[in-house]
Amino acid sequence: MTEHLDAIVVGAGHNGLVCAAYLARAGKKTLVLESAPGPGGMAGTRSIRGGYHFPGLVHVAYPFAPGIRRELELDRHGYAPGAPINTTSLAGNGRHLSFGNAGISGQDVPRADADSYPPFRNRYLSFARAMQPLFDSSPPRLKETPFRDKWTLMRLGWNLRVKLGRDSMYELLRVAGINMHDVLSDTFVDDRLKGAIAAEAILGSAMCPRTPGTVLTWLQWLQGALNGPLSIPSSGSMQALASAAEAAGATIRHRAAVRRILVEAGRATGAELASGEKLAADLTVSGVDPRSTFTELVGLPQLDAMFGNRVGQIRGSGVVAKLLLALRDKPAFRGLPEPELGNRLLVAPSLRYVEHAFNASKYGEYPEQPVLDIAIPSLGDTDLAPAGHHVMSVNVAFVPYDLREDSEARKSAFTKRVIALLDEYAPGIESLIVEHQFLSPRDIEADYGAMRGHWHHGELSIHQSFMLRPLYGAAQYDTPIGGLFLCGSGSHPGGGLTGLPGRNAARRILELGKT
Amino acid sequence: MNQYDAVVIGAGHNGLTNAAFLARAGLRVLVAERNPYIGGATVSRELHKGWKYSNCSYVCSLFRPEIYNALDLGRHGLKVIPLVSSMTFKQNGDYFGSYSNPNVRRRELMRHSHRDADAAIRFDADVLRWCKLIRSFLLRTPPDPGSLRPRDAFEFAWLLKKFHELSEAHLYEFIRFFTMAIAEYLENYFENETILAHYSGGSIIGTGLGVYSPGTAYVLLHHAMGEVDGNIGAWGFARGGMGAISGALASAFRSYGGEIRTGAEVTRILVSGKRARGVVLSSGEAITARVVVSNLDARRTYTKLFDETDVPPLLLKRARQFKIRGSSGKLNIALDGLPSFPALPEGSPLTRGHMHFTDTLMRLEKAYDDWKDDRWSEDPYCDMLIPSQYDPTLAPPGKHMMTVFVQYCPVEPEGGWTDEKRDRFGRVVLDQIADYSPDFKSLLLHAEVRTPRELEDEVGLTEGNIFQGELTFDQLLFNRPFPGYAQYRGPVRGMYMCGSSTHPGGGVMGAPGTNAAREILHDLRKNDTTPEEFSDD
Repeated sequence: MTEHLDAIVVGAGHNGLVCAAYLARAGKKTLVLESAPGPGGMAGTRSIRGGYHFPGLVHVAYPFAPGIRRELELDRHGYAPGAPINTTSLAGNGRHLSFGNAGISGQDVPRADADSYPPFRNRYLSFARAMQPLFDSSPPRLKETPFRDKWTLMRLGWNLRVKLGRDSMYELLRVAGINMHDVLSDTFVDDRLKGAIAAEAILGSAMCPRTPGTVLTWLQWLQGALNGPLSIPSSGSMQALASAAEAAGATIRHRAAVRRILVEAGRATGAELASGEKLAADLTVSGVDPRSTFTELVGLPQLDAMFGNRVGQIRGSGVVAKLLLALRDKPAFRGLPEPELGNRLLVAPSLRYVEHAFNASKYGEYPEQPVLDIAIPSLGDTDLAPAGHHVMSVNVAFVPYDLREDSEARKSAFTKRVIALLDEYAPGIESLIVEHQFLSPRDIEADYGAMRGHWHHGELSIHQSFMLRPLYGAAQYDTPIGGLFLCGSGSHPGGGLTGLPGRNAARRILELGKT
Repeated sequence: MNQYDAVVIGAGHNGLTNAAFLARAGLRVLVAERNPYIGGATVSRELHKGWKYSNCSYVCSLFRPEIYNALDLGRHGLKVIPLVSSMTFKQNGDYFGSYSNPNVRRRELMRHSHRDADAAIRFDADVLRWCKLIRSFLLRTPPDPGSLRPRDAFEFAWLLKKFHELSEAHLYEFIRFFTMAIAEYLENYFENETILAHYSGGSIIGTGLGVYSPGTAYVLLHHAMGEVDGNIGAWGFARGGMGAISGALASAFRSYGGEIRTGAEVTRILVSGKRARGVVLSSGEAITARVVVSNLDARRTYTKLFDETDVPPLLLKRARQFKIRGSSGKLNIALDGLPSFPALPEGSPLTRGHMHFTDTLMRLEKAYDDWKDDRWSEDPYCDMLIPSQYDPTLAPPGKHMMTVFVQYCPVEPEGGWTDEKRDRFGRVVLDQIADYSPDFKSLLLHAEVRTPRELEDEVGLTEGNIFQGELTFDQLLFNRPFPGYAQYRGPVRGMYMCGSSTHPGGGVMGAPGTNAAREILHDLRKNDTTPEEFSDD
């Protein structure tokens, strides 16, 4: 045992870094332990042979919450959201449709949809804004509710009843539990638009457009839209977070994998590294997913049996694979004007297409026709690839974690299938590929340590949201183990590149420290 | 004289319940029914000579005992026979049975999984807790979250108090129960594939959702909540078929001086000066009444019975958005004798209960995939019963009547329904039964195949939805049928809703009709004749 620490943060994912920065700013001597050689976790830069770099698993994101940017002075440390982009729903016939904050554009846009889109988007943004108090704070406890939680609920109630107004509140009550399929079918006629918005709402979750609760996942995603426009995160953003944490006084140790969180008499006392080195600290904060934290780092024998049982019930298996492509030239999509190439490109041409892509995954099969979410980060940042070359990042849904037949041969056949599908939209792209890498949910689990390869460290279903995220008894960031806290996407308000779980956790830790 | 205090549109079981309570309070009430027979979807019909089919709803479990007592339905001839078991055939020739005798049930669970037999203790206790909680909401009017009236505030306070009586952990468990998918919820208890499938099946009945769709877990309660002979969890069968329920309700209604007219289709609700004034029949006859109550579903009521100008545009939009998709079919079968089921031992009591053929969650989910694509399930989930085994009034001596509820069946397959398609759908079901009963097809005398089309055309249920609107959490409590209209009152004064489209929803429960009667009597400042819920024992 060496020097004494106030806090150890396990994992330098974006939430771990945000949490560490806040703790350090409050004067805590904080050490971040990260197994990878660089910061960012799933959002950290990923490289493949030949000088091709990718912005990690996250290839489109909304900006960080302004509060976090301001309080951690992120911009001063080099954080800048990328250039604003729209989303394009690719059509097989080359007649595409784009949408974003401004409205819909593209070919054959139905008049009715062009008219309904802006009020629809504004209405859902207003819902997201009304729910902000809930996302911004520690999830309220429903009994023995402390004043702070009551205050959260009061603000929420005020926003719903007064700010939204009665009719909008009724509408929010109606849609909050339902699915995107019904909402979109009620509002729009264009299949491309409906398919793409549905895909945007559910990507990362094991849900299809017809799954009840998908409106809620979309509202969670739209929380980010309140912070600014969608963009491809710049490769320096994770470095900026790391610098901000270090400037605040935190230390980050890379290539330092935590093997165990040390617990003595029901209290976390520090962490043991894979090397055997033990580090002592008053507080241990885990940015690792809750299931791994409790079952692997802490160990079920340290936990109450019923709590351990509930940890075992946390649901979440990754359903999105990643295909990284190094290209020798700029690809061209049929019918897609050059300026739109930098958009988020979705292959989700109809609700039924998305639904079918999901169906296969329920039975452990690869989809015939997967949903694709494509970004070409090198268009905005030429440093990511050798001159003239490009990198393309493709999220492929839905690829189940538990495949009925999990073999390398099946995997490479599926990879070929995805590339062939890309080639239907971008003829000739196959010949541009210099190198490719396919990461199944199992590979994502192996590379990033997120149990079962889930983007959000656990499904964003209603029964795992708010005061039930990741499970009650640990939903307010503190856990039954004294001195052990959670700060990752597995905690409220969940996944996405928001930093909110990290900041909420830090606030909670500091608040508990005061009392 | 065609002037009444109240006219109820539709003689479904809720319309009759509602009318009975209004008449009991001394109002002059008319029930107008389009069909030549009463009952709506609660009927016994002789569609094959000598056989009585409950050709829509087929079991009662949810019918409120409070209503049974208050209207003295026993005296009016209603007798409910408890249903004692349910079972699922396995594809490998084995079966899983769920018996009402706790010892037998436990032994059977242990035959399949020791762990699950233990888990069942925990499971039963949890479900019973939620049952008792939800049961107390059934005979109450949901509060309106948009209202600032003291009455709603009190009702909210009552709700909060009810929840506050739970421990914090139970509170969270309740939210999980309410929002989870049935398959995932059961996976928290059970491991055996057949047991999981057996207990999941009931949660998808009548709803366009699959076993892995969030929000299906709580539907379990609709199956556990019934009270026959005071046993929570028991199902029952009305002697004489479901028509016996509407018959007893009608008899009670008439005993209070009520009047029923069959073959009287209401085409319009008369409105003037923002007030309902009566109804117009298809014959052109106008009937005036101070109160007009619709037993029809919410979509049909607001889009078909009203002049568009009498309904606020937002309400009309809500009525069109209301989720009322049909997802089920039904076969009613006359049999020459009792079919044999080689998987079961000779004389097994399990043939007297619910019988199912879907033994894995994956098969259940695949059945749902078919429906999503507007097809009927090729391997459907069936809930089969042969009630003539204990009710001799349903079939001639030695013969039998079988009812098979089928999930899923689309509202409209691609290209629309034809009789040929309907029969193909029926054959899928008959083939599935024959797979487990070799002599079944040779005993077949007559089969009535019903798809959502038949249900809509005959009974008037929009899209053939058996619950008058899906029982998903966006359409429950103060959201049923629409936010702001959940207190049984319509958009104009004197107009009310009393069907399953309103809280607490479908199932042959009688609660919507009772609750609506309470609101109507309240508005008319009459004595409340509706019963309160039984206090918990």
